Amino acid sequence: MLSVSGLKKVYQVDAGEIEAVRNLTFDIDAGELVCIVGPSGAGKTTLLKCISGLLAPTAGTVTLAGKQVTEPPKAMAVVFQEYGRSLFPWMTVRDNVELPLKNQRVPRAERETLVNEALAAVELGHVPDSYPWQLSGGMQQRVAIARAVAYRPQVLLMDEPFAAVDAQTRADLEDLIRSIWKKLGVTILFVTHDIDESVYLGQRVIVLSNSPTVVQEDLAIDLPDERDQLSTRSSARFGELRGHVYEQIQLAKSKAQTGAVRVK
Amino acid sequence: MSTGKRIAYFLGLPILLILVWWAATLGSTNFYVPTPGKLVETFWRVWISNRFFTDFMPSIIRLFIGLAATIVLGVVLGVLIGSFRWLRSLFEPLLEFFRAVPPPVLVPLLMLLIGINDQMKIVVIISGAIWPVLLNTVEGVRAVDQVLSDTSRTYRITGMARLRYLVLPGASPQIMTGVRQCLSIGLILMVISEMFGSSAGLGFTIVLFQRAFAVPEMWSGIAVLGLVGIGLSAIFQLVERRVLRWYHGLREVQRDN
Repeated sequence: MLSVSGLKKVYQVDAGEIEAVRNLTFDIDAGELVCIVGPSGAGKTTLLKCISGLLAPTAGTVTLAGKQVTEPPKAMAVVFQEYGRSLFPWMTVRDNVELPLKNQRVPRAERETLVNEALAAVELGHVPDSYPWQLSGGMQQRVAIARAVAYRPQVLLMDEPFAAVDAQTRADLEDLIRSIWKKLGVTILFVTHDIDESVYLGQRVIVLSNSPTVVQEDLAIDLPDERDQLSTRSSARFGELRGHVYEQIQLAKSKAQTGAVRVK
Repeated sequence: MSTGKRIAYFLGLPILLILVWWAATLGSTNFYVPTPGKLVETFWRVWISNRFFTDFMPSIIRLFIGLAATIVLGVVLGVLIGSFRWLRSLFEPLLEFFRAVPPPVLVPLLMLLIGINDQMKIVVIISGAIWPVLLNTVEGVRAVDQVLSDTSRTYRITGMARLRYLVLPGASPQIMTGVRQCLSIGLILMVISEMFGSSAGLGFTIVLFQRAFAVPEMWSGIAVLGLVGIGLSAIFQLVERRVLRWYHGLREVQRDN
C-alpha cells in the first residue's frame, strides 16, 4: 500500500548540510495501523512531510498504491500536531470539514452526508456552526480528524496529533482513532514521540534511530485487538512491549552521533 | 457597551468642543472665525443647493471610483508580489522609488500626460492611496501560516481555490489595515487633485472661497471634508466588522488565554 524505500533527506543550510533522514525503508499494508516512534529530533516530521508529498526527498522514493509520490496524493489526508494552525479560523467547523470535499467537486448532497457523518464520528455533531477557536484544544483536533475522515482517504497520516492536548483528552482521542480505524478500514501511519501511545495504538511500531535516521526496529504489537485504556495498559504484555521499545530508544540515543551538521 | 452609551461617547467630545467654540465666539466680531450658528447657516446655504450636484457629488464619485480602483489594484498587485519571490525582488527598488515620491508633485505631470479631466484626478488618488494597500497586502500574503499552507496543499487546494479560501482570508486583517489608511490619503488627494486647473469640485470650491475671502464659506467646505471623513470611516467599520468577525473573535480568545 505505502512503501518507503531508501528515503534520504539532506537540508542545505548556511553552515553546510544537515542530514535529517539517512536511509529509511519500510512497507505498510492496506488497512494497517502503524506507529512510528523515535527520540525527539529523529526527523519524524521530515519523514512525514516526504511521505505526504510536501517535501521532495534527496534520495529514495515513496510509493502509494503503486504510484510514486511527488506531490500530495489524492488518497491521503494529514492531521498535524498544531490543530490551532491547521484549521481555517475564518471558517466554521462545518465549512472546515467541507472545504476539501468542495474542492474535489463532490456534489452538495453527498457532501452534506459525509460532513455530518464525520462530525458525528468524532462526537462534534452539536457544534457545526462554531468557529474552531471557540472550541477546546481536544475538540479542535477532533475537527481536524473529522475533516480527514470526511475526505475518505486510503491513508491517514498523523504527525504527533495529540502532543499538545491534556492527558485525559489524549486517552479519549487515542480510542477515537482506534474506533475510526476499525470502522473505516483506513490505513493509518501515526507518528509520535510517546512510547506508551505507540504501543497502545499500533499493530506495529517502527522505532527510528536518532538523527541521521534509520529504522532501529520494526516491532509487531501482539496485543489483543480490543484495546482498553485500563486493562490493556496494565497488562503484562503491554509492560514488556513498552519496556522493549524504551530500551530500543535508549539504545538509539546512545548511538547518536553528535556531528549531524557536517560543514563542507 | 450599550448603544446609548456608545452614541454618548461618540458625540460627547464634539458637542463639548462646539459649546466651547460657541462660548468663545459669543459677541465676537472676528472676521476670520464665524460663530457656530453662522457656520450652520452658511453650510446650509452653500452646500444644500445646486452646489451639491455641481461640486460635491462629482468629487465624491471620483473619490469612490479612485478608492475602489486603489483597493482592487492594490490587492491584486499585492497578492502577485507577495506570492512570488522573484516578482518581489524585481519590484522592490521600483516600489521604493515611487513610494518616496509625494503624490501632489505628480499633479502637474499627470495634467500634462492625461489632461485636466476626471481620469487625471482619479489617477492622482490612486497614485498616493495605493501604497498602504499594496504593501500591507504583500506582508499579509507572505505571512500566511505555514501549517495552514501545508494543510491546504495536502488537501490539494491550489490555484484560485487556494487564493479564495487561504490567501485572501489569511491576509484580510492586514489588507483591512491598508484599506483604512488609504481612505484618508484618498480624501486628501481628492482635494489636492482639484486645486490646480480645475473648475469644479470640493477642493476647487474651497480654494475659490479662500481667494474670495469668503471665510464662513471656506470653513463650511472644511466641515464638509470632515463629514466625508466620518462617513468613510463609518462605511469602513461596517465592512470591517463583517469581514474580520472571525479575527476579532480569535484575538479575544487568545488574549483571554
